[in-house]
Amino acid sequence: MEIRMKFPKINFDEMENEGTKSVTAGERRKFLKLGFAVAGVYAGGKLLSLTSLVGSAQASTGAERAVKDLYSPHYSMVIRQSMCIDCERCVEACIKTNDVPEYGYRTRILTKKYSGTLDKAVEFIPVLCNHCNNPPCVRGCPTKATYKDPVTGIVRMESKKCIGCKTCILACPYDARYFDEERHAIDKCDFCWDKRLSKGETQTGCSAACPTGARTFGDLSDPNSIVYKLVHQIQEEVWVLRPDDNTKPNVFYMKGTIGSVDAILKGSKFKYFDPTKV
Amino acid sequence: MMINISEKWGYHGIAALKKASPGYKMLLGFFGLVALAGLLVGLHGFFVGYRHVYNVTREIAWGMLISAYIFCVVTSTGLCIVSSFGHVFGNEALMPIAKRAVFLSIIFLLGGFCIIFFDIENPFRMAIWNVISPNFRSNMWWMGTLYGAYMVLMMIEYYCLLNQNHTVSRIVGFIGLSVGIAAHSNLGGIFGMLHGRPFWYGPYLPIYFIFSAAMSGGCAILFFTTLAAKINPEIMNQRMERAVKSLTLLTVYFIATIIFFTIWKVITGLVSEGKYPVIMSFLTGDYAVNFWFFEIFLGMVLPLFLLIASRGRKYTLIMWTTGLMMVGIFFMRYDIVIPGQMVPVYHSLGVVEASHIMSYVPSFHEIMISIWGLAFIIIAYLAGEKMLNGHQLQKHEIVPEGAYICPGCGGIHYMKEGETMEEAMKRQHGNW
Repeated sequence: MEIRMKFPKINFDEMENEGTKSVTAGERRKFLKLGFAVAGVYAGGKLLSLTSLVGSAQASTGAERAVKDLYSPHYSMVIRQSMCIDCERCVEACIKTNDVPEYGYRTRILTKKYSGTLDKAVEFIPVLCNHCNNPPCVRGCPTKATYKDPVTGIVRMESKKCIGCKTCILACPYDARYFDEERHAIDKCDFCWDKRLSKGETQTGCSAACPTGARTFGDLSDPNSIVYKLVHQIQEEVWVLRPDDNTKPNVFYMKGTIGSVDAILKGSKFKYFDPTKV
Repeated sequence: MMINISEKWGYHGIAALKKASPGYKMLLGFFGLVALAGLLVGLHGFFVGYRHVYNVTREIAWGMLISAYIFCVVTSTGLCIVSSFGHVFGNEALMPIAKRAVFLSIIFLLGGFCIIFFDIENPFRMAIWNVISPNFRSNMWWMGTLYGAYMVLMMIEYYCLLNQNHTVSRIVGFIGLSVGIAAHSNLGGIFGMLHGRPFWYGPYLPIYFIFSAAMSGGCAILFFTTLAAKINPEIMNQRMERAVKSLTLLTVYFIATIIFFTIWKVITGLVSEGKYPVIMSFLTGDYAVNFWFFEIFLGMVLPLFLLIASRGRKYTLIMWTTGLMMVGIFFMRYDIVIPGQMVPVYHSLGVVEASHIMSYVPSFHEIMISIWGLAFIIIAYLAGEKMLNGHQLQKHEIVPEGAYICPGCGGIHYMKEGETMEEAMKRQHGNW
């Protein structure tokens, strides 16, 4: 049974305008304070304080890290890791789509084994380039061969500029890079920009190949996109990998139970935070 | 022209090499063959692709070549620092080493470049894109740029030293030292600013690199000066003896500094989650031999005691001590580069794939290329000792009119009017 709070019904249209004369200085100050709090002046200078508060309230780093520097489209991936069954179709699709050589990989699936737990004994964690908003690889590159795409936020490579110093490999805290002999440059995940997105497709190779929906891909700046909904919902915790490195990743992780998926597909009971409807 | 150079620069040319003893020629030939072999092995790797012949992986992407390169450039910067005490900052006791130290500084830097050439996958692109598409936020870009500038400045400085233009040499030397320190601390910064690598991250490495360089420089110039005295005993005059004595003291001081640094590296590392596995591998794990025997014993403790025991006078002892110390320092560099990558980035995630600590053993190609760079340095040194006549100068620094360099203390003394040099010496030092 669902418990709902009851609110008194007030019809604002029929009420009389009291004017501003009856508002005391104290009231005005309070009102202003409220406005500042909403606008984020007080909330540690965070621009979008509301979404940030959702993040910290849920002990989640997800929404907090996503909202700054929005790109359009702001490509992002949410990985519901308990839905991953380690079928590796995403890895195969990636290899096929992007001509990844046998000695390298752009994405892989890590295995986490739990001991001493009652329910799940093993969990699979797909990892790939996090397309960070604050990418250490881009800072490290001496020749701007790797760069943050100003439109989409994808961290891309301009192979002809790569000198092969391997600083970016060391700088990346997600092990997302390797040297590709054929390209004579570092190779990495580009969210399939070259092979799919730039040709009008909306899904990456890996997310399209995923049979369980563990990998969801979309536009974080679009409230209708599934990644937007998953990042901004408050039912489940959302996190990023290695948050202490301050890279502000665009690949988010959540447990992602079947229940929450149902809810999202039905679009009904799923509670997600929508700043435009506050 | 040639006569002029030989007089002014002390340049004795190829003829000096021809006059060298058969043993010396054999030594040169041996290192020449070693260098050639290393170079050929390196070129083989260059053409077949480094992936097939190096043991570096995507997890451990910087291997022995980077540590050998760092060994070379640390020593180069150190030689620059140590030489600057004398001929830039005017400490008279250290002036006689300036010419050899600056020469060695240049060849150590070139030796480092010989090695790093085979680590960078597309070295020719670097020359173009470093200029056309610079990333000023990248430590790597600054490293290339600053070391390039450093090399040019050191060459100008050396040319001025040869030409005995000491005023310009002093100014260029000062700029060169500043750029060298910027370049070298920035090299530490490359590691120190990789925040995904806890063993490296922080301001420790840039600072450590500078003091460590000073220690390496002191060690190298002691080794190569005492070795030069074996090759040509003539170079060991009273002033050089005094310089070696001061250098020994200075090097002891720098070793003590590095011992201090190392102690705190271990103690602080033991309470850091990211550094702990690395520190433990130093203390009891895979790197225990590297750490305790090479780094601590050969690199610090043994030279500390033997250099003090030598009192700066027993040259054979100093030569062996500093020679072994350079081996220890090589491992010191290795122990910065490789262990920093041994903890996988997903280690803290607790996944099976990243549960183990990674290991790395240099491949044949990597060892040979490191040898190519080091052999290049040895050849250049051996040839330089002969061709440049033991780096002796007719005049080591600016001597004001009416003054002379005291053969006893190496200081600059003034003669009173009508006084001979001997009388002045007696006046300065009494009877001795």
